[in-house]
Order: sequence, then C-alpha cells, then structure tokens
Amino acid sequence: MQHDSKFTNQKFKLVGTRVMRPDGVDKVTGRARYGADTFAPGQLVGAILRSPHAHAKIRGIDTRRAEKLAGVKAVITSADLPDLTDGDAELYNVLENCMARGKALYDGHAVAAVAASDAETARKALKLIKVDYKVLPHVTDVDEAMKPAAPIVQPRVRSKYRPGKRTNVAGVTTYGHGDVDAGFAKADVIIEKSYKTEQVHQGYIEPHACLASVGPDGQGELWVTTQGQFAFRNRCAALLGMEMSQLKVTSSEIGGGFGGKTHVWAEPVALALSRKANRPVKLVMSREDVFRASGPASSTSIDVKLGATRGGRIVAAHAELRYGGGAFPGIWGEIGAMAAWACYDIENVRSVGYEVVVNRPKVAAYRAPSAPMAGFAVESTVTLMAEKLGIDPVEFRLKNAAREGTRASYGPTYGPIGIVPTLEAVKKHPHMRARLGKNQGRGMACGFWFNFGGQTCADLAIGEDGTVALSVGTVDVGGARASLSLIAAEELGIPYEQVRCNIADTASLGYNDMTDGSRGTFSSGMATIFAARDAIEQLRQRAAKTWGIAVKNVAWKDGKAIAKGKRKSLTLKELAEASSNTGGPISGHNQVVADGAGVSFASHICDVEVDPETGATKVVRYTVVQDAGKAVHPDYVEGQFQGGAAQGIGWALNEEYVYGEDGRLQNPGFLDYRIPVCSDLPFIDTQILEIPNPNHPYGIRGVGETSIVPPLAAIANAVSDAAGVRMTHVPMSPPRILAAIKSSREEQELTR
Amino acid sequence: MRYEAPTSTREAIALMSGAKGDAYLLAGGTDLLVRMRGEFIDPDLVVDIKRLPGIQEIRKTARGFSIGAGVPCAALGRHKPLLRAWPGVVEAAQLIGSDQIQGRCTIAGNLCNASPAADSVPALVAATAKAVIVGPGGRRRLAVEKIITGPGATSLGKGDIVSAIELPNRPPKSGDAYLRFIPRTEMDIAVCSAGVSLTLGPRNVVKQARVALGAVAPTVVLVPKAARAIVGTRLEDDALQRLAAACEAACSPIDDKRGTVEFRTEVAGVLARRAAVIAYERARKKR
Repeated sequence: MQHDSKFTNQKFKLVGTRVMRPDGVDKVTGRARYGADTFAPGQLVGAILRSPHAHAKIRGIDTRRAEKLAGVKAVITSADLPDLTDGDAELYNVLENCMARGKALYDGHAVAAVAASDAETARKALKLIKVDYKVLPHVTDVDEAMKPAAPIVQPRVRSKYRPGKRTNVAGVTTYGHGDVDAGFAKADVIIEKSYKTEQVHQGYIEPHACLASVGPDGQGELWVTTQGQFAFRNRCAALLGMEMSQLKVTSSEIGGGFGGKTHVWAEPVALALSRKANRPVKLVMSREDVFRASGPASSTSIDVKLGATRGGRIVAAHAELRYGGGAFPGIWGEIGAMAAWACYDIENVRSVGYEVVVNRPKVAAYRAPSAPMAGFAVESTVTLMAEKLGIDPVEFRLKNAAREGTRASYGPTYGPIGIVPTLEAVKKHPHMRARLGKNQGRGMACGFWFNFGGQTCADLAIGEDGTVALSVGTVDVGGARASLSLIAAEELGIPYEQVRCNIADTASLGYNDMTDGSRGTFSSGMATIFAARDAIEQLRQRAAKTWGIAVKNVAWKDGKAIAKGKRKSLTLKELAEASSNTGGPISGHNQVVADGAGVSFASHICDVEVDPETGATKVVRYTVVQDAGKAVHPDYVEGQFQGGAAQGIGWALNEEYVYGEDGRLQNPGFLDYRIPVCSDLPFIDTQILEIPNPNHPYGIRGVGETSIVPPLAAIANAVSDAAGVRMTHVPMSPPRILAAIKSSREEQELTR
Repeated sequence: MRYEAPTSTREAIALMSGAKGDAYLLAGGTDLLVRMRGEFIDPDLVVDIKRLPGIQEIRKTARGFSIGAGVPCAALGRHKPLLRAWPGVVEAAQLIGSDQIQGRCTIAGNLCNASPAADSVPALVAATAKAVIVGPGGRRRLAVEKIITGPGATSLGKGDIVSAIELPNRPPKSGDAYLRFIPRTEMDIAVCSAGVSLTLGPRNVVKQARVALGAVAPTVVLVPKAARAIVGTRLEDDALQRLAAACEAACSPIDDKRGTVEFRTEVAGVLARRAAVIAYERARKKR
C-alpha cells in the first residue's frame, strides 16, 4: 500500500498533551497481568537444568530417575527439540542456545528440563538428572578470546580474521570513507587511547515467564512477556515444526525488556515440555537464571585514534571495536562500528567491528545496542582532544558535528538532524553555568541512535456508541497505548477518552515487527494515522449515503461529517449508531512498511562528586537534551530520557558481570549486580527538542534508546574533571577510581 | 520441615538440643528465609523464638541496656535513651537492608549469622557489648567478639540461644560511630566498615577508645593499636594518621566480587578515621 508519510506540520489539538495512560491504574493497583500472571486448567510447572560449567562436553544425560519421580510429567533434552532449521544458521544458534546440543557453552546454558505437578517436585526432579560432563578449557574475556591459542568456543565459526582456521572471531566489518592515513598525516594533534567496558544486563524487573500449551491436535498457545509476539510466534513455530497460524501468541504486560525480550530462551522449551506432557506448562525464570542465561549486552575492548588540527577540526578518526557476543556469533561489533562516529562530520573516518565468541550467555539487544560502549570510547577521546587543544568541549563538538547533508561515517547522507540543536541547547543551559562544589566535576557527551521503522499493521474498530477500539501489534513498553490513542483521537477529531488501544495477539492482526529500534510510536503511530484516515473515508461514505450526495462533497472536521448546504453535521457517534443500516460495522485498517525512521541525537550534561579517599562517585546533577521529532506524550518522552540516563549511570558506575577463574558468574543477583537504587540518582532533568522527522506525518522520531548512549562518557568526563583521572574502564567502580587516583598521585610524585 | 514457635525458653532449648538433622533458630528471618529460598540450606527444624518471654523488649537495667533477640532494628532508633547512649550501634543496626528489612531484622540475628560483613557487629564490638546466652548449660554472658569464630561459624553449642544483647551504661563525654563502605547508597553489603567508641577526659582528650573493623578479615577485628593511637590525643592529624595506619595493618581481607584486598585495606583506614571524628564530636557535645 502506498501512503504519503511526509511531514505536514499540522496544528495539533491532542498530540503533545499529558493525558492519563490507559494501563496506569491496573499497574499501580496490581491488577495488570504480566508473564507469570495467567493460569490454565491442569497446568504444570516447568524448570530448567543448567550447566554449572563455562565450557563442557556433554557425554550423556541420564533422566531415568527424574522420570520415575511421582508428579513428573515430562523430562526433555535436546533430543526433544530436533533440528528442523534446514541450514538456517541463525535459527540453529537459537535452537542450540535454548538447549545445549552436545556441548554446554556457558555457565547457565540449559541442558535439560522438566514439567511436574508442582515447583517442589520439579526442583527435586532436576536434582535427579545426571549429566556426564567433560569440562573443557574456557574463555570469557574478549581480548583473550581473540588470541590464536585461545580455547575455541564454536568449532563451526569461520571468518576472514584467520582465513581457513578455527577462530573465536565470527566476523569483521569495516565502515568509513576517505583516506584515514592521509588524514592523520595532516593532523597537528593525534590521540590514541584504549578502553574496556564490562558486560551488563538490561536489569528488567520482570523475569522471563510464559504459559505454553500444545494440544494433541497440534494447536498451540503461548502467553508470554515479550517485546514481539509475532517474532516469538515465528521463532517458536519454526523451532517446534508448527505452522505459524496454529500457534497463537499473546503478549502479557511487560515488566521491562529494553531489548532483552526480543529473543526466545525458555519459550520453545516450555512448548516442547507441554507437547510432551500433553498439559499446559508454566515456566518462570528465577533472577539467577535471568542473569546467567538470558541475553546481556556485550563486554568490549576498543581502541580509538583521533587526529585534529590546532584550529579544532577533526581530520581523521579510526576505531577498532571488539565486542563479546557470548557463545554465538552476533552483529554487535558491526553496530558499534556503525554508531561510533555517527555524531561527527569527518572527512577521513574508519571503524572496524569484531564479533567475538566467548563462553558467556548469548548477547541480546540492550537499548541502542552496542552504541553506548562505542560512544564511551569516542566521546571520552573527543573531550580529551578538546582539552589538549584548549577548546571548550561543547565548542569543539559544534565545530565537528554532523549536519543536514553530512555523509555519515556508516554510509547515508543525513537529512535534518538534531545534534547541533542539542549542543546549542547544552551551551545555553543553566546547568553549564552552575557552581561546582568541592570534589565535584562536570562532563558532557553526545549520543546517536539509528532508530527503526519496519512492518506494521493496525486495526481501528468503531463501536455503535461511537467509541473506538484501536488494535496494534507492537507491544507497549513505555506508554505507547496512550500515545497511539492520542494519535487516533487527533485524526478522528474525538476526545482521547473515546479511544481504547489494545495490543493484539498474533491471531487477531497481521504481522508486526517487534517493539525494538525505538519503533513502537513511530511505526504504529504511522499505521494508526492511516487506519484512522481509512475509517474517516468510510465515515464520509456513510454520511454521503445518508444525505444522498456524492462522497467528494463530504468533509470530515472535528469529529463530524460536514457538507455544503447541510445545516446539520453528522457526528461520529451518529454515524456509528446508524451503521447497521448504512453498510455495517465501520472500521479502518492499515498495513505499512514504516520507512524513514529519523536518526536521533542527544547531548547530556553531568555533575559528579568523587570522594578522593574511597573512589566513590555520586551523580549530583544530570541533564538530558534530546531531539524527539515530535513528543506525542511529553511525560513518556521525558520518562524515556530519564530511564536511559538512569541505566547509563548504573552501567557507568557499578554494573558488571563478574566471572571467576572457573568461568562461572559470581554475581547473578541484584545484591552484587548493582543497578542504581532510587537514592543513587539525582532528579534527571530533561529538555525535549522537536526537529521534525520529514518522513512521518507528525514528524515523530523514536525516542527510547538514544538516552543510554551518552551517560558512560558524560560520567567519565565528569569524573576526570572532579578527580583528575581519566577512567578508561567501565564500570568506574570505587576500587577502579581509587586505584587510578593512587597511581596518578604516584606518577605526579615521581615527576616532581 | 518442622516449624515450632515455643512460648518458653526451656521449651526452645529442649527443641534445639534434641533436634535431629539441621535445626535453625528464626528471629527476624531476613537471613534464614533468604537462604532457604535460595536453596543454600534445607532445614529439618525451624524454631521461631519471637514468642519467648521478653524477647521483643528493650530493657533499661542497672548495668545498661538489654535488647531482646527478637527486637527489630527499626525499634532501636525509636528508643530515645538507647539512641542517646549508643548512636553508633543504632546507626549500624539501621544500615542493614532496607526499610522493609528493618522491620524484621535483629542485631542478635546479625551476630549469629556470623557474616564477616555484618553491619551491627563492629559497632557492638567497639561498644563492649555482651551476648546473653541461654542453653542446656544454663545462662551466661559472653563478649560479642567471642561469639563469631569464622564466616558463618560461631562458638555457640547445640541448644544455645542468644536471647539478648547487652550494652553498658555510658560514662559522661562518650560517643560512638559506625561507617561502612558500599558502592550504592543503600540495599547493599559492607565492602569494609569501622566502628569506633570513645570516652573523653579533661580538656577533651581521649581517655578510652575501642576500634573495630568489619569485612576485612574472617571475623570482626578489634584493633587495640588503633585505639592506642588516639588515646591521649584530641584527634590531631598525626593521631588520625596513626589510627588509619594501625587499621590498615590489622586488615587481612580477601579479593572478591565486592572489593579488592588493596581497596578494602585502604578504605578501612579511611572509615576508621572518619568514624573516630564523628564519635569524638558526639562525645564532645555531651556533658
């Protein structure tokens, strides 16, 4: 279907207002139903046995004693999930990640599962399963894994890194343009710096949970916490050999996903258990399972080289980005390489991304996946360069920022973009002039994210009382139902309260891509606009029929059909009430590939206080400035800005996966995996800029992800200002900062 | 699993002494229940002591204060005379967990759980607190530092129950303080910690002091050399430096996910120095 999705600069009545969210009351009163909150007659409890080893050959699995335990209804191993992937390597990786096939590849890798009448029996059954492991040498560190002598994690991995040989480097990708060597030759100042970031988890509060049911007739249902019911349906159906339409997937309310709920883990296992037991199976991961065996973000090791003239122009930039993808090949290094230099207009620029396989859980997306680490390395170096040149870091960025018409380092030429306006706003912000106290410092950094559009479908059904049921297929992760209802109401010219937005299951609506790439409001917003216009077309036809005039003479304005010469207009409600006599139910529909998601930029300002005797860092003030295109519901846009900053602060200061010498995860819980608690954070101030996306009727850009990109470098730059030490290893935990302060003090004493 | 909630001390002792298999006492349960749910332990018997007579009371005695083993930490801060006499002990107890945990957790439980990182223990040791133990052998008092023998291990015998913690009366011009280091601001476990208790003499010179460190050794470390460093001083800079150096010398921590040997050692000295200053100010302001 062809649609004109160009920005029209219309005046809004409802879009941009701060209305109550439709899911709010249920969420604050505990009525909202999440992944673990549904029940089926005769349901069993599923549980998964996981490898205690980082790398081990599975010589055998004896399930006989578990099967004999009273109350156990099914025990499965990889034999119950036969390989139906038919040469699809990516799908095979998913299958192998769901349940180990001959080899356990990380601490926490699933090796068997049970379904039993209750949780206690299921736990007992797991203990009765005997797995014969032969422990193999393992590697969990990115740099170690790239060495020629490193243990090989995946024998089938081949790449141009070591042509024809086994390697842990699954891919190498290069982006950029110009002549980097010639560029560096022209530079007056060159800075080279290496950085490391540790693995982090999205930290969503709701663990993975589902209720799976497969009947003897082959029909299946899955209730699940997910960012994409359709993607889960397709994946699960393919892995289990089911037809897509035979598996109905319903998304529950979601207690946080941030990219972590875009992949299947326990769901195919739950379906396989249900199929074998012939009963519904509920499977809920523990927090420990979530840390050990869902999809955290990459750990990285990054080298940056930056060259500039004394006048403050960047003339060459190069980055080598090594991303640990967990036990399976990914595209995380590639995305990092694409995002690294996207904020700047650089004549000679190159970035090389490496996909490194290690004995850790398979990496999944985490809010602007791969960009925060690249941003940490690049934005730290950019500030270092500004300091070395004696130029204000904001001015230095403004001198080099990408603009409309700039060829991005990753290929495309930018349309109207927001980096310069965010930098100008930072320059003017009172935060930049506020006085700093003792041991305090200030830093700033920029961030970029691509955003995504994708396949989208929406239905809009008008009830006979004139109220509207809007069905969309993108899971609401951040208030999208309120935003989409606002958009439908705006188009139809009716009050917001007259629209109710529902998230459809896979049997009720056409395919939708997942809620990822900050696409929910951008793409479902676009489909909603067109579905509403489709309904308006029908409403005009009904009015024309009622009046006995041509449709072209009927206009739609403020929720009413009007026509020249007709003194009385026909309201949406009147047309709906009469619909049974004018042609039946009135509904609008749209399906679209929502192209043209506008890229997104943000600039953050951060003040920290560093205790020079303990290395403890407190964030004392934080400001986010970001381009939203158009803020449909400003509260939830601000919420996205604040949430991304909060997660970035945790990542920057304390969050990290700690692996022991034995390759086992040491901190699979919120006690020692330290996401910030409320008292760790200041109020996060926000400023929304609206630089319309030319490719959306309302000018909307995705807003969900960019805000997690700048914090790592903004905090590193602030810590450097406060404590006089340049932190190159994230998290900047107190022991790391204290060690850096001590070694810089010792250096100063030596040079004295 | 068998659960018992006896109403007499004799009954509780009998249950614990006669228990077969793994028997645990339950006071606040903030450690026990977590360990059960995490499947670290699988008790055969749990004896809830919250219904024992007097176990939920803070009593003012001739010797000082007696805090029943069932008194939740939140209650300590509401007891004005206790708070006035031992602000450091109370602030240590009230750092444990969160508001919700505070409504349940107890200092006796914190002691008997025998974690090297227990928050209230260094403050109790600095305060010369004593544990009241009832058991098959009768009733006795023991200095709290004699209870913990290693991580998770105590000197308590089968059937022994710590029924109360006793704190002495305070001489005039006395103060105590406790500080811990955590990477977050709350909901965390000490990476290292320090409790200091002191009494001033004429001209505000430190007359007596006790310094105890947490999470830097298998058990709480009492550091007499650190105390000697400040006795006879008014906490001048060099005295504080000597105090910190003595604390660092007394540390024998481990490297783990929560901190390095180097970090724990250095920060323990910093915390002891800062806690001493707070305790000193509290003492100075008292009559």
